[in-house]
Amino acid sequence: MLVEVIIEFVQTLAVALGAPLLVGFVRKMKARLQGRRGAPVVQPYRDLRKWLAKDVVLSENTSWIFRFTPYLLVATMLLSALIVPVLTTHTPLGFMGNIIVLMYLFLLGTFFLALAGLDAGSAFGGMGSSRAMAIAALAEPTVMIAIFAIALRAGTTRLDHIIVHYSADGLLVLNPGHLLAFVAFFIVALAETGRLPVDNPATHLELTMIHEAMVLEYSGRYLALIEWAAAMKLFLFLTLLANLFFPWGVAPSLAPAALVVALVVLVAKLSVLATGVALLETALAKLRLFRVPELLSGSFLMALLAVVSFFFVA
Amino acid sequence: MVSLWRKIWKTPVVTEPFINSDAAAAIEALTRQVEAAAFARLGRSLHIRQVDAGSCNGCELEIGALNSPYYDLEQFGLHFVASPRHADCLLVTGPVTRNMADALRRTYEATPSPKIVVAVGDCAQNCGIFAGGYGVVGPVSAVIPVDIVVSGCPPAPRAILAGILAAMEKPR
Amino acid sequence: MMINETLVLKLLNLTLFCFGLGALASLALARRAPAARWTGHMLALLGAGSVGTLAVAGLAGGTAHWTLSGLLPFGGVVLGIDRLSAFFLLIIAVGGFPASLYALGYTRAYESRHSLGAMACTWNLFLATMTLVVLARNVLTFLVLWEAMSLVSYFLVLTESDHAETQHAGLVYLVMTHAGFACLLMGFLLLAHATGTMDFAHWRAATASLGASTRHAIFILLALGFGAKAGVIPLHIWLPQAHPAAPSHVSAVMSGVMIKLGIYGLIRLGFDWLGIGPAVWGGAILAVAAVSAVLGVLYALMEQDLKRLLAYSSVENVGIILLGIGAGLLFQAYHLPGLAALALLAGLYHTLNHAAFKSLLFMTAGAVVQATHTRHMEAMGGLIKRMPQTALFFLVGSVAIAALPPFNGFFSEWLTFQSLLLSWQIPARDVNLIFALAIAALALTSGLAAACFVKAFGITFLALPRSDQAGQACEVSWVMRAGMALLALACLALGIWPVGVLYALQATIFEMNGAYANLYFDWKTVVANPPFATVAPLLMACALAALLAAIPLALRLRRGRTVRRYYETWGCGRALQTARFEYTSTAFANPFKRVFAFLYRPIKELDIEFHPESRFFVRTIAYRNEVRSVFEEALYQPLIRSTQWIAEQARRLQSGNVQSYLLYILIALVILILLAR
Ligand code: SF4
Repeated sequence: MLVEVIIEFVQTLAVALGAPLLVGFVRKMKARLQGRRGAPVVQPYRDLRKWLAKDVVLSENTSWIFRFTPYLLVATMLLSALIVPVLTTHTPLGFMGNIIVLMYLFLLGTFFLALAGLDAGSAFGGMGSSRAMAIAALAEPTVMIAIFAIALRAGTTRLDHIIVHYSADGLLVLNPGHLLAFVAFFIVALAETGRLPVDNPATHLELTMIHEAMVLEYSGRYLALIEWAAAMKLFLFLTLLANLFFPWGVAPSLAPAALVVALVVLVAKLSVLATGVALLETALAKLRLFRVPELLSGSFLMALLAVVSFFFVA
Repeated sequence: MVSLWRKIWKTPVVTEPFINSDAAAAIEALTRQVEAAAFARLGRSLHIRQVDAGSCNGCELEIGALNSPYYDLEQFGLHFVASPRHADCLLVTGPVTRNMADALRRTYEATPSPKIVVAVGDCAQNCGIFAGGYGVVGPVSAVIPVDIVVSGCPPAPRAILAGILAAMEKPR
Repeated sequence: MMINETLVLKLLNLTLFCFGLGALASLALARRAPAARWTGHMLALLGAGSVGTLAVAGLAGGTAHWTLSGLLPFGGVVLGIDRLSAFFLLIIAVGGFPASLYALGYTRAYESRHSLGAMACTWNLFLATMTLVVLARNVLTFLVLWEAMSLVSYFLVLTESDHAETQHAGLVYLVMTHAGFACLLMGFLLLAHATGTMDFAHWRAATASLGASTRHAIFILLALGFGAKAGVIPLHIWLPQAHPAAPSHVSAVMSGVMIKLGIYGLIRLGFDWLGIGPAVWGGAILAVAAVSAVLGVLYALMEQDLKRLLAYSSVENVGIILLGIGAGLLFQAYHLPGLAALALLAGLYHTLNHAAFKSLLFMTAGAVVQATHTRHMEAMGGLIKRMPQTALFFLVGSVAIAALPPFNGFFSEWLTFQSLLLSWQIPARDVNLIFALAIAALALTSGLAAACFVKAFGITFLALPRSDQAGQACEVSWVMRAGMALLALACLALGIWPVGVLYALQATIFEMNGAYANLYFDWKTVVANPPFATVAPLLMACALAALLAAIPLALRLRRGRTVRRYYETWGCGRALQTARFEYTSTAFANPFKRVFAFLYRPIKELDIEFHPESRFFVRTIAYRNEVRSVFEEALYQPLIRSTQWIAEQARRLQSGNVQSYLLYILIALVILILLAR
C-alpha cells in the first residue's frame, strides 16, 4: 500500500516538476536553432514563482468561472498524471481510466478554458475560445481513430496494459500501421497543446492567437496555474507518445534500479521528442486558421490507414 | 527545407556578450519610494509590455532589435508579452500624446503590481523634439510614475537593455 | 426479490388515478387559474412520482398483466409491464417529475393569457398517455395510445398559438407525426397479418419463420415510423420547430422523454419482435445514427435561438443512442450476444442520461427565456450574475451533454465508445471499417457538442448583458429552481455512481435477449469486456474534488500576501467597454461555418446603400449570412411541390357536374369488381 502511494506520488511529481523543465528545454532548443543563446532551461520555474508572488488584476466582468478554471486545469492535469504510466506500468490508480478517459479529461480542461476566454467579454478571448474549440473538435476524430489503431494492436485500451503488450513485440516500430498511428497522434498532440504549425506559443499579435488569446486576461497566480497546466499537458502528451509508441524502458517492476533506468530512458525519449518539436517549430510557419482543418484531416487519414492496415495487412 | 537545416547547422550562436560599461551613462534611475521586497518578488524573470505613447517609431526599431539573436534579451529572463496582465514592466516610448494619455493610464492600471515603468528615449524623458507640440500632453512621468529613464534619440539597444536590467536590479 | 403482482397493479391504478384526477380537476377549476395550476400540476407530480415507483417495482422484477376486453376491438386493451417497459417508465419519471415541479412555477406566467385549466389538463394527459404507451401489449392499444400521445403533445405545442411561428410549427409536427403514424399502421398491420396475431407477446416466436422480404418490409416501415418520432435525420424537421414553440416544461419532456419512445419502439422492433435480424438492419441504423449525430450537432452549432439549439442537439443525442443500438443489432447479427448487450446497454444508458440533461437544459433555457423575454442568444449575456443558480444548473447540463467527466453524459458516451471499439471482434472487414467510421463520427460529434455548449453557456451567461432585458433579468421562483436542482443532482449521481442503473440494465437486457453484457462492475470500477477498458467514475470525481480543494490550500501556505484587484477588461487601452465588443454567437460559430461550408451552403448578401451625393458616405448596410437547411430544400420542398402538383391535377376532375361524378362512381365500381374477381 505504502509503496503504491509512493509510486503514484513520485510519478505525479515527475509530471508536475518535469513539465516546466520540458518547456524550458524546448525554448532553449529553439533559441539555439535560431542562433541565440536563449533563456536558461530553468526560466519557466522562475516565471511561475514570480507570477505566484504577483498581485492579481481581474476584469470586472468576470464571474467565478474565470477564477475556477485555472484550478480545474491543474486538477485535471494532476489527475491525468495519476493515470498515465510515466515511469512504471505499475500505476496503482491506472484502473481509474483508460486512454479515452484521459482524452476527455483534457477536453474538460479545454471546455472550461474556452468558457473563461468568453467570460471577460473581450473580443480577443472570444476569438481564442472559438478557435480553440474548433481545433479541439476537429482533432477529436483523429484522436479516437488513433486510439482505435493502438487498441487494435494491443487488444486493450488501458494505458499500462498497452505498454506491457507493446514492449513484448520486438518488431513493433517496423509496423507501418504503428508508425502511421504515431504520426497522426503526433500531429494531434501539436494541435492540442497549441504548438506550431497550428498555434504559435510565442506570438504577440492578438489576431493570430488561439491559446494565448484565451488567457490574455489572466494575471498573477491564476496565470501561473494556467501556464503550469499547459506545460503539464505538453509533458503528458509527449510522454504518451514516448511510452505508448516506443514502450522500451518503462519499468515493468517497482525495483529501484528499474525505476532509475526508466527515468533516464524517459528523459532521453522526451529530449528527442522535444528536439523534434523545436526543429519543426523552427522550420514551419504557422498555418492559416482555415488551413488547419486540412492538416487535421490529413492526420485523420493517416490514423484511418493505420486501422485499415490492421484489418487488411496483418 | 534541407538547405534551411544545413544553414541552421552551420550558423553558430551569434549572441554577443553583454557589456554594461558604455550603456550605463544613458540610464537615469529615478528615486521612487518602493519597497525593496516588492521587487524581490519578481526574481530573475521580467515580462515586458511595450507601449507606444506617440513615438516616431525610431525607438521601436531599436527595441525590436532586442529580440534579434545578436542582443537576445531572452537570455536574461526577459520576455515581451501581449497583455499588461502578464507584464511586470511597461516599456514606454515617445512623448505622451493626447490620444494616448488615457490609454497609457489604463495600461498602467491594468498591470498587476509590483510593476516597473521604463521610459525609453528622449521623447519619453522630456518630449524631445516634440516638446511644445499641440498634440503632446507631456513626458511619460506626467501621466504615470516612471522608475527608469533611458535617454537617447533613439537610445541604443544595449542602453535599453541596460535600463531594463537596472530596473530589475534596482533595489538591491 | 419477487414483487407482488397486486402491488404493481395498485401502483398502476394509483398512477392513472392521479393523472386522471389531475386532468379532470384542472378542467373543473379552469375558472380559477392559480387553483387549476396548483391542483393540476401537484397531481401530475404525484402521478410522475408513482410512475417512478412503478418503474422501480418493474425493474426489481415485478410483472403484471392487465386486460380490459370491452374497450377496443381486436383483443381489447392489453397492458403489461416487463423490465424494458419499466426502464422507459423510469425515463418518464426522471423527465416528468422535475418537469411537473418546474411547471408549478413556470406556468404562472401563462395565467393571464392562457387557460391554465386546459394546460394542466393536457399536461396530465400527456404524461398518462406516455406511461400507457410503454405498457401497451397489443397493436390497437399501442396505436390508439400512440396517436393520443401525439395529439395531446400537439395541443401542448400549440399553447402559444397566437404566434404565426407556433402555428407553423404545429402544422409541421402534425404532418410529420401522422406520416410516421401511417408507417407504423402499415407496419403493424403487415406484421399482424403475417403472424396472425395482434398480440405483441407472440410475435417473437412467430416472426422467425417469415420470409426475408416481409421481414425487411416490416422493419423498414416500423423503423420509419419510430424514427420519425425519435427525430432521426432526415425525419427530424418537426423537432427543431415544435420543441422551441412549446412551453419549456413541455419542450423538456418532449425532447427528454417523448422522442425516447421512438427509441423504445426501435428496441422492441429490433431486439424483441423480429428476433435476430440480418446485419443490414444494424448497418442501416448505424449509418443513420452517425449522420444524425454529426449533422444534428452541426446544425445546433449554427443556431442563435437557445431552444432550437437544444432541439437540434436532441437530434444529435438520438444519433448517439442509435449508435449504441445499431452496434447492438450488428453484434447480434454476428452472434456476439455479450457485445450486443453491451452496445444496447450503452444506448439505453444514454437514453436515460439524455432524459436527465436535456430536460434540465430545456428547463433552464425556459427560465432564461422567461427572465429575458427572448430566445435569441445574441440578446443575452451576463446572466450568471443575475441568475447564478440557473446558470449553475445550465452549466451542469452543458458539461453533462458535452460528455465531460464527471457527469452522466460522459459515462454513457464512454460505454458507447468501448462497444464501438470492441467491433474488431466481428470477423468481417467491411463491417470493421463501417465501425471505424462510426467511431470517427462519434468523436467528431462529441468534440462539436463541446464547442456547441461552450457557445450556448458562454454567450448566454457570461460577460456583459447584450440587451436591457438581459441586464434586468431576475432569478426564477424556488419551485422552478427545485425542479432544475433535482435534475442537476441526477446528472451528477448518474455520472459518478452508475452501479444501480447498470444492475437494472443488465437484468433488463438479460430478460429480453438472454445474455448479459460483457461488463464487470463493482461499487467503484466499471470494466468493459474485461480487461479491455476500465473507468472508476466515483474515484475520479473524488480525486478531482480533492485536488480542487488542495490546490488553493497549497497556494495559501506560501509566504507573502498578494492583493486581488478588479479593473476593466483589457481592450488595448480603449476607452469604452460595452457588450458590443463581445464575441457574438454568430462569430463564435463562424470557423465551423467556414469549415463545413459544403454542408451549410451559407447565403452571403451584402447590401450597401450609399449617400446620393457621395459614394464615401454610407447610409445603410444590410448584411445577411445565413445557413440553409439542406434537407428542407433538397428533400421536403420537392416533396411538397410535387404533392401540390398532383393536387392541382386532381382538381381538374372536380367539375361540379353531377353526371361526371356518376361516371367516376361507375368507373370505380368496374375497377373494383375487376380487382375483386
Ligand atoms: S526619442 Fe527619438 S527615436 Fe525615440 S520616439 Fe523620440 S524622436 Fe523618435
